[in-house]
Amino acid sequence: MAGAVSALFLLDIKGRVLVWRDYRGDVSATQAERFFTKLIEKEGDPQSQDPVVYDNGVSYMFIQHSNVYLMTATRQNCNAASLLFFLHRVVDVFKHYFEELEEESLRDNFVVVYELLDEIMDFGYPQYTEAKILSEFIKTDAYRMEVTTRPPMAVTNAVSWRSEGINYKKNEVFLDVVESVNILVNSNGQIIRSDVVGALKMRTYLSGMPECKLGLNDRVLLEAQGRATKGKAIDLEDIKFHQCVRLARFENDRTISFIPPDGAFDLMTYRLSTQVKPLIWVEAQVEKHSRSRVEIMVKARSQFKERSTATNVEISVPVPADASSPNVRTSMGSASYAPENDALMWKIRSFPGGKEYMMRAEFTLPSITDEEATPERKAPIRVKFEIPYFTVSGIQVRYLKIIEKSGYQALPWVRYITMAGEYELRLI
Amino acid sequence: MSGHDSKYFSTTKKGEIPELKEELNSPYKDKRKDAVKKVIAAMTVGKDVSSLFTDVVNCMQTENLELKKLVYLYLINYAKSQPDLAILAVNTFVKDSQDPNPLIRALAVRTMGCIRVDKITEYLCDPLQRCLKDDDPYVRKTAAICVAKLYDINAELVEDRGFLESLKDLISDNNPMVVANAVAALAEIQESSSRPIFEITSHTLSKLLTALNECTEWGQVFILDALSRYKAADAREAENIVERVTPRLQHANCAVVLSAVKMILQQMELITSTDVVRNLCKKMAPPLVTLLSAEPEIQYVALRNINLIVQRRPTILAHEIKVFFCKYNDPIYVKMEKLEIMIKLASDRNIDQVLLEFKEYATEVDVDFVRKAVRAIGRYESIIATLCESLDTLDEPEAKASMIWIIGEYAERIDNADELLESFLESFPEEPPQVQLQLLTATVKLFLKKPTEGPQQMIQVVLNNATVETDNPDLRDRAYIYWRLLSTDPEAAKDVVLAEKPVISDDSNQLDPSLLDELLANIATLSSVYHKPPEAFVTRVKTATQRTEDDDYPDGNEAGYSETPSHAAGASPPNSSSSAYGATRQSAPAPAAPAPAAPVPDLLGDLIGLDNNAIVPVDQPATPSGPSLPVVLPASTGQGLQISAQLTGQDGQIFYSLLFENNTQTTLDGFMIQFNKNSFGLAAAGPLQVPPLAPGASARTLLPMVVFQNMSAGPPSSLLQVAVKNNQQPVWYFNDKILLHVFFTEDGRMERTSFLETWRSLPDSNEVLKEFPGIVVSSAEATLDRLAATNMFFIAKRKHANQDVFYFSAKIPRGIPFLIELTTLIGNPGVKCAIKTPNPEMAPLFFEAIETLLNA
Repeated sequence: MAGAVSALFLLDIKGRVLVWRDYRGDVSATQAERFFTKLIEKEGDPQSQDPVVYDNGVSYMFIQHSNVYLMTATRQNCNAASLLFFLHRVVDVFKHYFEELEEESLRDNFVVVYELLDEIMDFGYPQYTEAKILSEFIKTDAYRMEVTTRPPMAVTNAVSWRSEGINYKKNEVFLDVVESVNILVNSNGQIIRSDVVGALKMRTYLSGMPECKLGLNDRVLLEAQGRATKGKAIDLEDIKFHQCVRLARFENDRTISFIPPDGAFDLMTYRLSTQVKPLIWVEAQVEKHSRSRVEIMVKARSQFKERSTATNVEISVPVPADASSPNVRTSMGSASYAPENDALMWKIRSFPGGKEYMMRAEFTLPSITDEEATPERKAPIRVKFEIPYFTVSGIQVRYLKIIEKSGYQALPWVRYITMAGEYELRLI
Repeated sequence: MSGHDSKYFSTTKKGEIPELKEELNSPYKDKRKDAVKKVIAAMTVGKDVSSLFTDVVNCMQTENLELKKLVYLYLINYAKSQPDLAILAVNTFVKDSQDPNPLIRALAVRTMGCIRVDKITEYLCDPLQRCLKDDDPYVRKTAAICVAKLYDINAELVEDRGFLESLKDLISDNNPMVVANAVAALAEIQESSSRPIFEITSHTLSKLLTALNECTEWGQVFILDALSRYKAADAREAENIVERVTPRLQHANCAVVLSAVKMILQQMELITSTDVVRNLCKKMAPPLVTLLSAEPEIQYVALRNINLIVQRRPTILAHEIKVFFCKYNDPIYVKMEKLEIMIKLASDRNIDQVLLEFKEYATEVDVDFVRKAVRAIGRYESIIATLCESLDTLDEPEAKASMIWIIGEYAERIDNADELLESFLESFPEEPPQVQLQLLTATVKLFLKKPTEGPQQMIQVVLNNATVETDNPDLRDRAYIYWRLLSTDPEAAKDVVLAEKPVISDDSNQLDPSLLDELLANIATLSSVYHKPPEAFVTRVKTATQRTEDDDYPDGNEAGYSETPSHAAGASPPNSSSSAYGATRQSAPAPAAPAPAAPVPDLLGDLIGLDNNAIVPVDQPATPSGPSLPVVLPASTGQGLQISAQLTGQDGQIFYSLLFENNTQTTLDGFMIQFNKNSFGLAAAGPLQVPPLAPGASARTLLPMVVFQNMSAGPPSSLLQVAVKNNQQPVWYFNDKILLHVFFTEDGRMERTSFLETWRSLPDSNEVLKEFPGIVVSSAEATLDRLAATNMFFIAKRKHANQDVFYFSAKIPRGIPFLIELTTLIGNPGVKCAIKTPNPEMAPLFFEAIETLLNA
């Protein structure tokens, strides 16, 4: 069951090694590079390649971030989920250090990169990936001190995500409740999938080691406490917590208690699969007049209460790749043709509830078509929007208690927002 | 906080190494530090800076942590190539392992463990002993892993020095991180040992479950993975364990979630209460679904695992089929896996919805995906009518062939089957063979099911087209068979063509239950991704023999017998049979499927443990022509120039086959080659012909060789020392190996009688014997063919006890004969080889050759 990786590679966009760390000495860089450059070359689009590939006794796992590939190589039966997740964490660590992870930033900081590779993994086993704590003892040039630092307690502590001795003049917590609506509507106008993924995003600026307790209108908890539920409680289907939350405690009595990391993090995510009425409904009619002209009519309707307003609404309507000379009219907002995406982008800055807007567009088509042409991939209509001060689920933060032994008062600020996630409506 | 390290990469020209040497010895601290950075930069881009070893090691004694780390990094890279000098570092290591700063103590043990040089390892034991008991948990957690490192280098040493006991003690450490690393180290050691080292008792179990609440996410994964081996005593214990693991399902790290799922599924096997099981299934569903919102790579791993889970516990996700519907922007590898799971979850209840969904996919761009979707549709008869509407949009031959098969198979249920087929018949001659074959079969089926006038005419047209008008022998043969069947006995034709098909057992690739068990115990690991047991792909090799890359390339992959099944991985023949099932993507190692897609096939599995040489590189040669050659001068040594080479024999002539790869930044030209004196007097028969090599270019050449030109004195040796130079770089020296069998001449065949005579005439002292306990001759024919191809001629065979004894003859230049006797039990390990020759001092070389040949 055990398994560790042999090496970790950072490769450029062509698959050549930028920096690598050999953890076990049983996979060579030449071997890995030769395999991977070939793989990229062969596939053309590396995104279509399975992220776990086997070659000549070695399993490779990789992810891409901007113009860099991160790849592990192993000869053992490793935990693939753990290592792929680890690679994503490594991206976060590098981003914390260099702001952007790209070929140039790796080259510019190779000394720190080597130091980090030595600390985050040992003998191919993931060790430690809390960027904030790592930067307390592995520093870039600008911050480097001559005095040798010691490993922060947090590296081996049970509270591995927070160092002691943090101090703020003003103790504040910002809590954003962000809900993304994912929806898939088929060409008959039926909703075939809909769910809501919520996240409690926190930014904490708190001194010391604060104990936090969060209260939500969670039906299970309220019922257990024997409180009357006046229709306000909600069912959270699958909750995932940041590692700072005491899971056993939650399992016991549904209390969300934790010592938060310093700065920004996702405290929890949840999912609701109860079907919701699509907040913005879009219908499109596409008519091809003869072979030379196509007319597209799009109707967008907001299906939420009038007191809310959707902002930054963006509706992307696919058009044939060979369409040209657009002629567009809208009853609200502006629409522009984006030939690079083969789409018509209709933007409405402010879209109040209970309204309906229209867009009409006309394109000319070439009269000659390529007989050999493969049929076009049918792209769906995609919608983006944000609705501030509103959640689909009705989740509410009832309280956020912060207790620190120094006894300071901390102010929690809570905001709610709903936005479109994967919001797709398939065309006929 | 961006740095400016890129300046260290700036290349200086000729004097680089001397210049660096000077800077490394500078009296100024900053200058030395900069110089070490330059050295590391050079190392990063693959330049060989090993000659600076002493100078770099001299910088090791420093208070500056950053500099120290860089020197350590250098040591990890080059200690192996300079084992004698590496000893210089030992003192500092030992001193550092007692530094007051725990960061430095840990760094010292961690690095020492990475240096696989015996001399260093010897000195590691004492510091390691101390660090395992260090006050600082950061040092202890590093020492715990270091025990696994040492075990990998020298297992005996670990056992003798009692490190295993110390490691076991760490399981009770009060620091969760230390516990987690100790678990990882013990689990790894257990894996490579046959006797029980890390047994999980109910006591350790409980301790580890407690540590679970406190350690980092990665530590939680180590612990859960190790604990999933634990067999609970009874249902009650299993329930208790599950209860303590379930909270992990709420962890944000999906690896923690998957490992928790693994453990719960394992324990569920023991739980008897159906209520508890039902409840657990209900609890596991939401976390599994949420995994599909993770990054696509992780979704892929999750989907491969869900595929296994639904085979064992279909109820878990029975109501969640919609979450597997593909999103427009899902990468193709995610779409393929979702499709696979949808097929598994499809039932009477959701079939309409699912088919509608599959229909949407028929317009996707990825051919494999569409094909799979269409095949999936073909499983469901109710859709046939709808499907036929979209017939004319099918362009892809395989999809078309599948559709035509469906029409023939269900002709009685498709009202206009004859019209549909007729429309295809018009273009019959232009269709690709696989479509033609299907059309032929479908028309025959149609005729047998509806023997009316229309089909009868159609069958005439088809049979005519497929016999007289075609050049394709497959098509013609099949057509003739049908024709004769139909004309002699239509009833027999019915029995044959419309035979009851065996129930398709692969119904959506169900795995064999015992394999499924094994894979479920390996959830989240590569094994669960490949759908293969770990033995099929794990190639743990003793790293000592692995460092140089060429070592793992067998010598026996000359042209002629490097036929490994691995080459089949790229292109399995198109599936033209009437089975429309078993779709598989050609990715290695593919999901358990009929296609021979796995690069290391199971039949190699039992060899892997025995002899590393059995693994033949899958890697194609660097240039597409010719077989791959072992690397003799790696780019890291050749300052970017890589040379691969091997001696080969062709038509009685010996060649040195070479591949030059220029990975430097400049064009290299003026290549010349020279061979040192050697036992066979091998020398180049002409100048080396290599064109100027631009950066990134490569060239292959065959250099004709002569023998007996510059013979070396002393006993025969297989060593071939080669020097290569060009106008831009220093002279490169490398060693190659002469394999005797390239010299075997074509006139080596002996008559039986002369063989016997020669055998008798040679004194017994000329007979040399060697046993190869690990070699298996699995097929006599194949082995004889292979040996004959290298001019080792078969003379006779006899039985001795239950073993087969083979006799061969071979001859090397100057008429030196070899008389060979091979004794083995076919299919079983162990080959005995006895030879008689007038030159018995050649025997070791001969045995090297025969070993390579038999292993190929």
